Amino acid sequence: MDKKVLMKGNEAIAEAAIRAGCRHYFGYPITPQTELAAYMAKRMPKIGGVFLQAESEIAAINMVYGVASTGRRVMTSSSSPGVSLKQEGISYIAGSDLPCLIVNVQRGGPGLGGIQPSQSDYFQATKGGGHGDYHLIVVAPSSVQEMADLTSLAFDLSEKYRVPAMLLADGTIGQMMEPVVLSEPHDPVFTEKDWAVTGTKGQREHHIVNSLYLVPEELEKKNFERFERYQAIEDNEVRYERFMMDDADYCVVAFGIAARVSKNAVVEARKQGMKVGLIRPITLWPFPKQALAEAAKQVKGFLSVELSMGQMVEDVRLAVNCSRPVALCRRTGGMIMSPDEVLDALKKLAGGAES
Amino acid sequence: MTTRILIAGFGGQGILFAGKFLANKGLLEGRQLSWLPSYGPEMRGGTANCSVVLSDDPVGSPIVDRPDVLIVMNLPSLDKYETAVVPGGAVFVDSALIERPVGRADVTAYYIPATRLAQQNGVPGLANMIMIGKVLRECGFTSFEGVEEALHSVVSAKHADLFDVNLKALRLGYEFE
Repeated sequence: MDKKVLMKGNEAIAEAAIRAGCRHYFGYPITPQTELAAYMAKRMPKIGGVFLQAESEIAAINMVYGVASTGRRVMTSSSSPGVSLKQEGISYIAGSDLPCLIVNVQRGGPGLGGIQPSQSDYFQATKGGGHGDYHLIVVAPSSVQEMADLTSLAFDLSEKYRVPAMLLADGTIGQMMEPVVLSEPHDPVFTEKDWAVTGTKGQREHHIVNSLYLVPEELEKKNFERFERYQAIEDNEVRYERFMMDDADYCVVAFGIAARVSKNAVVEARKQGMKVGLIRPITLWPFPKQALAEAAKQVKGFLSVELSMGQMVEDVRLAVNCSRPVALCRRTGGMIMSPDEVLDALKKLAGGAES
Repeated sequence: MTTRILIAGFGGQGILFAGKFLANKGLLEGRQLSWLPSYGPEMRGGTANCSVVLSDDPVGSPIVDRPDVLIVMNLPSLDKYETAVVPGGAVFVDSALIERPVGRADVTAYYIPATRLAQQNGVPGLANMIMIGKVLRECGFTSFEGVEEALHSVVSAKHADLFDVNLKALRLGYEFE
C-alpha cells in the first residue's frame, strides 16, 4: 500500500500503533495529544482492542504495566504534565524489563505550563525521569510520516530489548497534517515470551514480573545486566539524518520541529554562501554521539537549536568533547524560533569562530 | 516552487477547513505539503489561523511566518499579519468585514465582500470558500481544475449535502470580478 493520505501527526501515531499490532491503549486526555486518544477511542472497539480512559495518568501507566507483563503490545500517550505523573510507573516498567510505548506530545513547562509546542522534556525523556538507574529508548519524529514510522520502530525496539520506548514529539508535529504512507497492517503476533505472565496452566514454572530486589547483590546484578542491553542499543540502534553535511563548515543540531525550522535556515545560509549542514538526531537515546564526534573533525562549530532553555546542547558538548564551540539557539514556553533567528545565531557563531 | 499560505480570521469562519481544502488540493496534484492549525484556546468568535505550505520539494518548516499569500477574514488578522507578507505577495481581504484597505504598496491586494456574497447567494457561512475560489483564480500555485475531487476529500460523507453549496461558493469566488 503506497497511497498517500493526509493525517494529523497524532492520528498517524494511533493508526501506526494499531497497524503495528497494538490492541491496548490506556490514557487520560490532555492537549495537544487529544486526537491520538480520540482516534483510539473510535478504532479500538471496532477491531477487538481495548481503549480505556483511566481515572488519572497514574492509573493509565499502571494499566500499561499490567498489559506489558503479559507480553502484549500496549501504549499510553500524554503531554508534558501528564508524563510527569507517569514517571513512577515508567520507572517500575523499566525496572521490570517490560516493553511498551509511551508517547509524549510535549507542551511548554514547567508546571502546568502552556499548551503550545515545546521540547523541554528532553532531560526527562533521555536521562531517566523516574528514579533509579534506567534509560528509555527515545525516538523523535520531525514529520507526520515519521510519527507513523517511528511508532512502529519504537514498538519493535522496545520488544527486542525489553526496554520501554518513548516517542518524544511536540505540539506542532502532533497537530500538523502532512501526507503519510502507512505500512501494511500486521495482525498482533503473540510470540510466546519466556518472561510473560500468561498463566502457567499447570504446565510450567511461574514467570515473575517484579522490580523489587531487597538483596543488594541481586539488584546490582540486575542493573548490570540491563546496562549490557543498553550498551547493545547504543551500539546498534542509533539513528540520525545528515542534511547538506558533506562540505559543511558549521553544523546545526536539532530534532523534531526545531529541525524543520533549521532546515529552512540551512538552505538560506547556503544561498548566502555559508557552508552549513544539519545533523538531526532521530533517536535521542541512544544519542548520535559518534556522528557528532566525526563531524567535529570537519566543522568549525556547532549550533544546537532547541525549544527549551538548552538541554540537548549538553549532550552535543559531551559528544564533541568541547573540541569545537557549541552555541545555542533557543526559544521556550511554547514559542518557536524563526529560520531568521537560526540564521542570525549561525552568523554569530561563524563570526566568533573565525575571529 | 514553494507557496506559503496563511489564512486568518475568527473561529467559526471555517479558516481551518479552507486550509484543509487547499492541502487536499495539493495532495491530489501530487505536491509536497503541510497544514498547521493554531490550536490555542480558540473558539467561535476567537482568532484562528492556519498555515499551509505547498511545494515541489520536501517542506521544511510548516510554520508560515512570512506568507506569499495572506487570506484575512477579520480586521485583527489584517492588522497582525499585513507586515509579514513577503514583498510581491498577495493579500486577499474579506471586504464585507474589513473596511480599511491594505496599507502596503509592494503587495497585490484583492478585495472580495465574501461574507456578503455568501449571504446574498444562499451559501451562508461559506465566505471562506468564496475567498478560496478567488485565490484559485488569481494565484498560479494551484488551479480550479479538480476542485470537486478535493472537496470530496474534505466534505465528509455524513455532510454530503454540503458538497454542492461548497462548490457553489468556490465558483462564486472564482468568478468574482
